[in-house]
Amino acid sequence: MALALTLIAMGASACLAFVYELTKEPIARTVLNKKTEAIRQVVPEFNNDPNAEMFRMPTMDGDSLEIYPAKVDDNTVGYAVNTYTDKGFGGKISLMAGFKPDGTIFNIAVLEHKETPGLGTKMSEPSFKDQFMEKNPSDFLLIVKNDGGPVDAITAATISSRAFCDAVQRAYGTLFSGGTYDGTSGPSDTESQ
Amino acid sequence: MEYILIIISAVLINNVVLAQFLGICPFLGVSGKVNTSIGMAGAVTFVMVLSTTVTYLIQTYVLDKLGIAFMQTITFILVIAFLVQIVEIILKKISQPLYQALGIFLPLITTNCAVLGVAILVIQKDYNLLEGVVYSAATAVGFGLALILLAGIREHMDLADVPKSMKGVPLSLIAAGILALAFMGFTGIVK
Amino acid sequence: MNQLQNFTKGFFKENPILVLVLGACPTLATTTSALNGLGMGIATTFVLICSNIVVSLLAGIIPDKVRIPSFIVIIASFVTIVDLFMQAYVPTLYETLGIFIPLIVVNCIVLGRAEAFASKNTTLSSFIDGAGMGLGFTMALGILGSIREILGNGSVFGYKFINGDGILIFILAPGAFIALGYLIGFINSLKRT
Repeated sequence: MALALTLIAMGASACLAFVYELTKEPIARTVLNKKTEAIRQVVPEFNNDPNAEMFRMPTMDGDSLEIYPAKVDDNTVGYAVNTYTDKGFGGKISLMAGFKPDGTIFNIAVLEHKETPGLGTKMSEPSFKDQFMEKNPSDFLLIVKNDGGPVDAITAATISSRAFCDAVQRAYGTLFSGGTYDGTSGPSDTESQ
Repeated sequence: MEYILIIISAVLINNVVLAQFLGICPFLGVSGKVNTSIGMAGAVTFVMVLSTTVTYLIQTYVLDKLGIAFMQTITFILVIAFLVQIVEIILKKISQPLYQALGIFLPLITTNCAVLGVAILVIQKDYNLLEGVVYSAATAVGFGLALILLAGIREHMDLADVPKSMKGVPLSLIAAGILALAFMGFTGIVK
Repeated sequence: MNQLQNFTKGFFKENPILVLVLGACPTLATTTSALNGLGMGIATTFVLICSNIVVSLLAGIIPDKVRIPSFIVIIASFVTIVDLFMQAYVPTLYETLGIFIPLIVVNCIVLGRAEAFASKNTTLSSFIDGAGMGLGFTMALGILGSIREILGNGSVFGYKFINGDGILIFILAPGAFIALGYLIGFINSLKRT
C-alpha cells in the first residue's frame, strides 16, 4: 500500500523534474524578453544591450531601483527605470519608466499589477499613460487632479492613478535627484533641475 | 501595526470568499444553517493556520534549499491532505465533543481551495512565518464571517416566495453578490 | 450509455458548473473576460483529460486505501506541468489567472471525475468523459466571461462595441456572484420546461 503510493509519488516527481528542465529555459527567456520588450517600448531607439549595462541606484527610503541605460554608439539616449509602488489598490504595481537624459518622460510600460480588472487595469492603456509622454516631472507635477495636480486620473480608479504617479515619481526622484553618483557618466550630472 | 493591517485587509477588504473567490464550494454547501457554518468555520481556522505553518516551513527549509520550488503544488496538497487526516485522528482520540462538532467537516477541507490558496499566497507575498500565521488566521476569520453572514441571510430567505428556478444555489449566489457589494465598502479604510 | 452521450452529457445535462455547481471558485474568479474564462477552461480540460486517462490506467494497481492520495498526486503533477508550460509560453494569461492555476488541483470537478468515473471505467470512456466535462466547463466559463465582459466593459473578446465604460460592477467581485446566480437560475428554468 505504502509502496504503491511511494512509486506513484516517485514517478510523478521524475515526470515533473523532466518537464521542469524542459521549460526552465523558455521561462527564463520569456521573463528576459518581457523586460527587454518593456525597455524597448519606453526609451528612444538604442543599439547597446541595456540588460548588460544595468546598474542600481539607491532610493530615498533605503531600497534601490534597477536602471537600464539606452545608448546609441556610447551616447546615452535614455534611461529605463524598473520602478514600483506599494500604494496600488491591489498592492504592488511595477512599471518600466523611460526618461530622456534631461528627465523628460519618453514612455511608460506597466510590468505587473493586481489592480481591479476594467478599472485600475486601464493604466496600461494609451488613453491614460500617454498623457505623461514628453512631460518633464520637474514642471509637470505627478499629482492627480483630485489632489490639485495636472494628471487626469482614470475614472473610478483614482487610487490606481495616484499609485501610478507615485511609481513614476519614485523613478524620477531616484534617477535625477535622490540617487548618489556612482562613477559612471550617470544621470546625477543633470541634478540641477 | 503591520499585523493589524494584515488582519483588517484579510478579514474585510480582501475577504477570502467575497473578494478573492477562494473556498466557494463550502461557502455555498454548508451555509444553509448558522450552526453548521460555525462548525465549518472552526475546522477551517484550525486546519488553515496549521497547514500554513507547516507548508511555510517546508517551502523555506526543504523546497527552497533543494531548489525544487516547482514541486510546491504537489507537496502542499499532500501536506494538507495528510494534516487533515492527522487532525481527524487526534481529535477523535482526545476530544469526542470537538470531534463530533468538527469531524464531519474535516474531510471536506482537503478540497477547500482556500486552504491551499492561503498556503501559496503566504509564499507569494513573501511573508515571514509570524506574518504568515497572522494572515492565515485572519483569512480563516474572514471565511467564517462570510459563511456565517450568508447562513444568517439564507435562513431568512427560506421563507421567501421566489421563482422556483431561482431557489437554492442561484439565490444564494445573488445574496453573496450583494454581501460582496457591501464588503466593497470597506476598501479604502486602510489606504 | 453510448460514447456520444458520454461526451455530450457534460455540455448540458451534467454541466459541472451550471447544473452540478462544482468548481465555483475558478468560475467566479477568472471570468472577468471571455478570453480569461476560456483560458482557464482549456487549462482545466487538459488536466481533466490527462488525469482521467492515467487514473483509469492505474485504477487496477492502486490499492483502495491510498486511492485518494494517489489521485491527488497524479492530478497535482499534471497541474504543475500545465503551470510550467503556461509560464513559458503564454506568460500574459499565466499572470492573469495567477493563483488559480495551481488551484486546479483542488477543483472538485477533477478529483470528482477521477473518483466517480475514471477509476471505474475504461481508458477510452474516461478520455471521452474528461473531454466532455472539460468542454462543458470551458463553455460555461466562456459564457459567463462573455456576459460579464459585455455588461461590465461593453466588449467581447476584447472588441469594444460601445464607447465609454460598461456597468463596471459586473467585472468586480459582486458581479461575478450575481451573474452566475442568474445564469444558473436561467438554466434551471430551461430544465423545468
